[in-house]
Amino acid sequence: MPLNIRTYHELTEADRSGLADQIGAQRRRVADRLASVRRVVAVLSGKGGVGKSFVTAGLARALARSGRSIGVLDADFNGPTAPQLLHLPVTSCTLHDGVIEPLVSAEGVRCFSMAFLLEDGRPLAFRGPETEGHVWRETLEAATLREFLADVAWGALDELLVDLPPGVQRFQELTELLPARPAVLAVTIPTPESRDAVRRALRAANDRKATLLGVVENMVGGPFVGNAADELAAEFGIPVLARVPFHPGEDVWKNVVSKLQ
Amino acid sequence: MKFLCVECDRQMQFEERQLPGDGTLAAAFRCPTCGRVVALLTNPMETQLVASLGVKIGGTTLPPQPLETVRGMVATGKEDAFDDGRERGAGSGPSWSMEAQERLARVPGFVRGMVKRIYLDYAKDRGIAEITPAVMDTARSELGLEGM
Repeated sequence: MPLNIRTYHELTEADRSGLADQIGAQRRRVADRLASVRRVVAVLSGKGGVGKSFVTAGLARALARSGRSIGVLDADFNGPTAPQLLHLPVTSCTLHDGVIEPLVSAEGVRCFSMAFLLEDGRPLAFRGPETEGHVWRETLEAATLREFLADVAWGALDELLVDLPPGVQRFQELTELLPARPAVLAVTIPTPESRDAVRRALRAANDRKATLLGVVENMVGGPFVGNAADELAAEFGIPVLARVPFHPGEDVWKNVVSKLQ
Repeated sequence: MKFLCVECDRQMQFEERQLPGDGTLAAAFRCPTCGRVVALLTNPMETQLVASLGVKIGGTTLPPQPLETVRGMVATGKEDAFDDGRERGAGSGPSWSMEAQERLARVPGFVRGMVKRIYLDYAKDRGIAEITPAVMDTARSELGLEGM
């Protein structure tokens, strides 16, 4: 005779752990912090080495110079480069009224990055059991993204650019954390290989109902041959926002700014 | 995760949490009808997975600290990553015994400021005048501060 055991959902008494409530409170902290951010823009590619961080930094600086309030969240926790590209010194982070102050570039770009926290030259490593680290490591990185969103004093921003690592996983985590769907700016290089990888990322963005702002083709005019940006633009019905040469001048970024409303 | 006393058909209530310090966790649940107590024991990986979500079995009584999970979990953080100089109520809160100060000094700099603030808030909330290692141990279990 089997025991008569009620199901999980049938047990409705208040639970002191309140794990669901704790998760809900985490989400509300993110929403509250971003309430003064007009738009979150995920800079993604799906492909490594195409210059997402370079494009993010160039665009952020140009947007700030045009008078907009801009933040950069460096979501590449294992290879953070935003501070260098924004010419920010790596100094101690200050806490003020229960939040972390971002560092601010000469142009006024507010930035937070794992680079501010890690020992020089050391990889991101977490405390915990040495075996089966894959089970919890990604969860910890998602928690890191959540805390970077919720616990940094981003202030009132026109745009918060989120510089994502290669692949789509961090993008998916981002969309789960945000109170509204992010806008997406894709970065590619001209090659067919990059096109194929970025296509997957853009499809993931479409699946998540994100607004596709357009595609930036980086490293144009060098050894990389192809029409990735044009092909992606045609396939997804989005504009090519810029073709960025190896040593872009200010006019390249200014041109993108004029297209990003 | 919930526990049901099958005999009484009652949802068991969280009673107490213990952190032995070896990465494992024990959480006791009591049946409100018959008083029977069962303990949930998690291995280090299970404990870590729950901690990775930034939640605490048994709930939490203090507001979260900024970057609490990052500061508590990153093993390769810089000693001086955070300027914790402007602490709330510095100089007016509970005092620290010599032994507690020595113990706090052994906490890595990356997380020390946050740990200090958590213990101070805990002591203030409970009207504790002096923070001792015993207070730290109790706070650690009550608040679920694994490794702090």
